[in-house]
Amino acid sequence: MHINKEKLQFVFDAKAKTFAYTLMGIGLVSIIAMFIVDGQHHAEHYHLNRAWANVFSGAFFFTALSLGAAFFLGMQYAAEAGWATTIKRVIEATSLYLPYGLSILFLLFILGQLHIHHIYHWMAEGIADPSSPNYDPVIAGKIGYFGWFWWLRTILYIVLWTWFTLQLRKNSLEADKYELGGDNHAYHWKNVKLGAWFMVVFAVTSSTSAWDWIMSIDTHWYSTLFGWYTFSGLWISAISFMTLLIIWLRKNGYLEFVTESTIHDMGKWMFAISFLWTYMYFSQFMLIWYADIPEEVTYFQIRWESYKSLMWFVLFINFAFPMVLLMSRDSKRNFNFLAFVGTIVFIGHYLDVIMMVMPGTVGKHWTGISWMEVGTFLFYLGLFIFVVLKNLEKAPLLVRNHPFLEESLHLHT
Amino acid sequence: MLKKNKIHVIFGDEEPLMNAVLELRKAGIRIKDAFTPFPVHGLDAAMGIPRTRIAIASFLFGITGTSLATLMMWYMMIYDWPNDIGGKPNWAYYYNMPAFIPITFESTVFCAAHLMVLTYLLSSWLLPGVPPKNPDPRTTDDKFMLYLELTDEQSKLAEDIAKKNGAEEVNYKGEIYIEPKY
Repeated sequence: MHINKEKLQFVFDAKAKTFAYTLMGIGLVSIIAMFIVDGQHHAEHYHLNRAWANVFSGAFFFTALSLGAAFFLGMQYAAEAGWATTIKRVIEATSLYLPYGLSILFLLFILGQLHIHHIYHWMAEGIADPSSPNYDPVIAGKIGYFGWFWWLRTILYIVLWTWFTLQLRKNSLEADKYELGGDNHAYHWKNVKLGAWFMVVFAVTSSTSAWDWIMSIDTHWYSTLFGWYTFSGLWISAISFMTLLIIWLRKNGYLEFVTESTIHDMGKWMFAISFLWTYMYFSQFMLIWYADIPEEVTYFQIRWESYKSLMWFVLFINFAFPMVLLMSRDSKRNFNFLAFVGTIVFIGHYLDVIMMVMPGTVGKHWTGISWMEVGTFLFYLGLFIFVVLKNLEKAPLLVRNHPFLEESLHLHT
Repeated sequence: MLKKNKIHVIFGDEEPLMNAVLELRKAGIRIKDAFTPFPVHGLDAAMGIPRTRIAIASFLFGITGTSLATLMMWYMMIYDWPNDIGGKPNWAYYYNMPAFIPITFESTVFCAAHLMVLTYLLSSWLLPGVPPKNPDPRTTDDKFMLYLELTDEQSKLAEDIAKKNGAEEVNYKGEIYIEPKY
């Protein structure tokens, strides 16, 4: 197979840089404006809730997205899958936003503990103290799981995930140093082992981190399925982002060695994981709906009362849309169309994160999606694109020493 | 009367098979059939076989499953004997929709999957008691075979191309006579 050597190195050109900077600029202005406008909102127990919830949603969504890419990469290694070898550098670059995203999230957690924002109800002072006016008996019963134990887990997730992601990348770059066609795959097998261990770690931490970081916003409520629901959401966001990135790179003359079948496979993933997400979402909803236990239905009550249109909209564009549009083979092979569906699904899952965070923080003060949500999203999107493309530039777009490289270059389904 | 030779071309691996198929097709030779021990990716496209329509059939079977499940549940739970289960009276189908979704889903998958397998078996006539159509049992183990029906001059060309691409054997298995249609 002929490979154009000049297009193996991605160049983060001025046009793309301007685009990322513009997004960040617009976003930053709207975030500042959002804090000013939201500061005018005076209600009891309301202090810039919407502004902080937006900042948190964006930080979480893109961190989770890169975590989804890291998981996807680890999974390909653990399964010793060959099909994704040609797009491995794209997956790696997407996963390398993780340290930045986790830093932003960690900063937000510290601000919460300093009582600058009130995203987490259980962080409030005297919440477990019967003599305090803030006392909440339900949270007092769960406080052992929060506090220092929560912080220990949070630090553990951050350290473990970052270590695995950076290590997978490091071995991948080390393997590139050998001559082409060599038989030295030691670094690859190291990554296989690493990927398998990452799957074990991720299986536990993906659920518990979703409980800790997102579910604990609605501190009174709990659902064991919530972890998988969040996980399927971050997975599909990662898949759709990577598909968009691959299609964009191909339009710019890169990644010509990626076969149409590989992108078709990404389309299949998008279709399948959309179903997984719907399955999780609906399973959680139906059990709560059927059992009708007061302490469980509160979660959907607030969503049904104040977020009804958004709730239906999220379900519609994340389920019906990909199901109908991506069912046929031809639609997955038409890359403009695939990019269109990918964009819709990507935005749909950002709205899903909004649906997770807002009802527990803004609550009844919600007025619908506005420029605040859009602006915050654009800021994080610009930052994310910048970091991902910067990392894409640091290594050639095609891996050199990978035992399945030849298979992937000839992928045919 | 047109005389054609029945030819079995045997290969030891999938790669020579694929190369031979591509070159034979380029030379204008029609490949009647191929027998392989495992599915060879891309072989159907290389042989010029039109894409299967089983996906469309599967979609229709799925819709059938959805409709059947809806009809069944509507008849049982709404029309014939409405029940009050957990304080959720079944006065209308949409009212209890979430409870019906798992059954709708399962029925859709059940019908699509089972009927698709049956369709495949019927359309390729692989049924219990049907004599095997495989002309060379070695293709169920480690050999790959192309089956050709060619005139004498085409046979010579095909044999050359096959041998060049690493065919292990080229066996002539008799002749057939085709009555011209016009």
